[in-house]
Amino acid sequence: MITVLKPGLLTTVQDLGRPGYQQYGVVVGGALDALAARTANLLVGNEENAAVLEMAQTGPTLSFSRSTLVAWCGADFDAQINGESCPRDRPVRVAAGDILRFGLARHGLRAWLAIAGGIDVPLVMGSRSTYRRAGLGGLAGRALLGADQLSGGHPSEWSQQVLGKLLASNQRATAWSVRPDTIGRPARVGVVRAMRGPEWDWFTEPAQQAFFQATWVATKEADRMGVRLKGPGLALAQPREMISSAVNAGVVQVPPAGQPIVLLPSRQSVGGYPRLAAVAAVDLRHFTQLRPGDTIRFEEISVVGAQDLLLTQARDLTRVRLGLSRLLA
Amino acid sequence: MTLDYLTGMQITPLGDQALLVELGQTIDESTHRKVQSAWRSLAAEPLPGVTELVPAYTTVTAYYDPVQAVQAGAPADQIVDWLSDRLRERLKHPPKTAKTKGCTVEIPVCYEGEFAPDLGIVAKQAKLTPAEVIKLHTKTEYLVYLVGFAPGFPYLGGLPKILATPRHAKPRMVVPAGSVGIGGQQTGIYPCATPGGWNLIGRTPLALFRPAFHPPTLLSAGDRVKFRAITREEFFRLEAGA
Repeated sequence: MITVLKPGLLTTVQDLGRPGYQQYGVVVGGALDALAARTANLLVGNEENAAVLEMAQTGPTLSFSRSTLVAWCGADFDAQINGESCPRDRPVRVAAGDILRFGLARHGLRAWLAIAGGIDVPLVMGSRSTYRRAGLGGLAGRALLGADQLSGGHPSEWSQQVLGKLLASNQRATAWSVRPDTIGRPARVGVVRAMRGPEWDWFTEPAQQAFFQATWVATKEADRMGVRLKGPGLALAQPREMISSAVNAGVVQVPPAGQPIVLLPSRQSVGGYPRLAAVAAVDLRHFTQLRPGDTIRFEEISVVGAQDLLLTQARDLTRVRLGLSRLLA
Repeated sequence: MTLDYLTGMQITPLGDQALLVELGQTIDESTHRKVQSAWRSLAAEPLPGVTELVPAYTTVTAYYDPVQAVQAGAPADQIVDWLSDRLRERLKHPPKTAKTKGCTVEIPVCYEGEFAPDLGIVAKQAKLTPAEVIKLHTKTEYLVYLVGFAPGFPYLGGLPKILATPRHAKPRMVVPAGSVGIGGQQTGIYPCATPGGWNLIGRTPLALFRPAFHPPTLLSAGDRVKFRAITREEFFRLEAGA
């Protein structure tokens, strides 16, 4: 059992999302950085889709009633167990009575904490992800509150063996780590790769050029649905009404005011703004770490190029999975 | 059955994990039927790598996982073409599933008092009395073009032109669940409390989103909707019984 001593700013239970229900207006959602959540899960011997805790800006303080293995990935939080540093990107041993405190993110915004066995909340429409707007999934469909209690699922054989080894050698964490940033071929710092969107041709040539040349600034208008950017105004060549149609995470839509919005996984299922571009799926995770004032640039990539990045990421993740499973062989 | 939706159909990528199948350029019932028909054809059996199919006014969007598509045999540098060919192939065959005839759903609405803060605005705009607005709104049969935006939110077509009212310049911070509104040419029902800029003319006690059921929404694309005016007493009775 895990007791929430402090909930943090916005801590929610998330897995890899709730696909299959968009036709009913139900968002896919899930961990905003799927790669970070999958990596954290692998590091504690979970299925990649196990439910984790997503935290933003100020993380939670948790008390553990049983010894277990945890791992966290994402922004640079000042995580501590009983006042001692709790390192990122690796399996960490937690003993009964230990207090894990995340505090403030020093760089970036969000992180994902996996617990061996996953967080055991009911499956709603095939997913454990919290969907706050509809009040479903996760823990009672809401963010964590103080005094909440979370139960874990059954830890895998792998996680119990790693826990045993750490205990035997009296270590808090493994010396090795797996950083999500090293999986696949990440973009250069401050640059994300993006494809032209279905309504690319609707925009003026200066707008098309500006999109790939300008430095864009993240605004305060950012949540799990999307991030609004500030930069040169992006104008349509002529006024046109768009008929509402599907969107996806990564789609860059441009409302009439001309400032783009990059959609994140909790986006709505349909949108009515022209879709100028779409961020490569592997690079979308960078938008989950932007703070107001942070800057970013877009670099053009083809659909084939973006899919090659996804395939590379999948191959690398398979290698990580195999490497971890052989660790105890 | 004629496969008229194949004429002029276009398939274009929406990023690296979705394809847009475009079946028309306008919001009308004939395009709606094409979309529904194409959607049923595509959904009849699983397509390799396709994780979800979502219909809208003029499009069906196929969401897919490129990794699964490659595992199913797609050449790594031609995933879009490979998948588009399979979508086109599937669309050559008429839907195998029997045409699910949309049902007509009657929605009880209380058009009174605090449930209808903007009824006066709509009436003034239409140069009608509130009673005439209610009569017109309840007399019409609406088509559910799609469900989206929020869980269970129906995009309804068929609002009498005279009732069209511009949305509020400043949206309300919270629109209560069940609110029936008019925004421009559209009318709809808010399934859950959310910010919104539509003119609120009534409220239904029915739950439009019911996650414990399948399907989890009261309305589905293709359904017809008729509103029925109810009293406050009936509203509270239905709400308590719901």
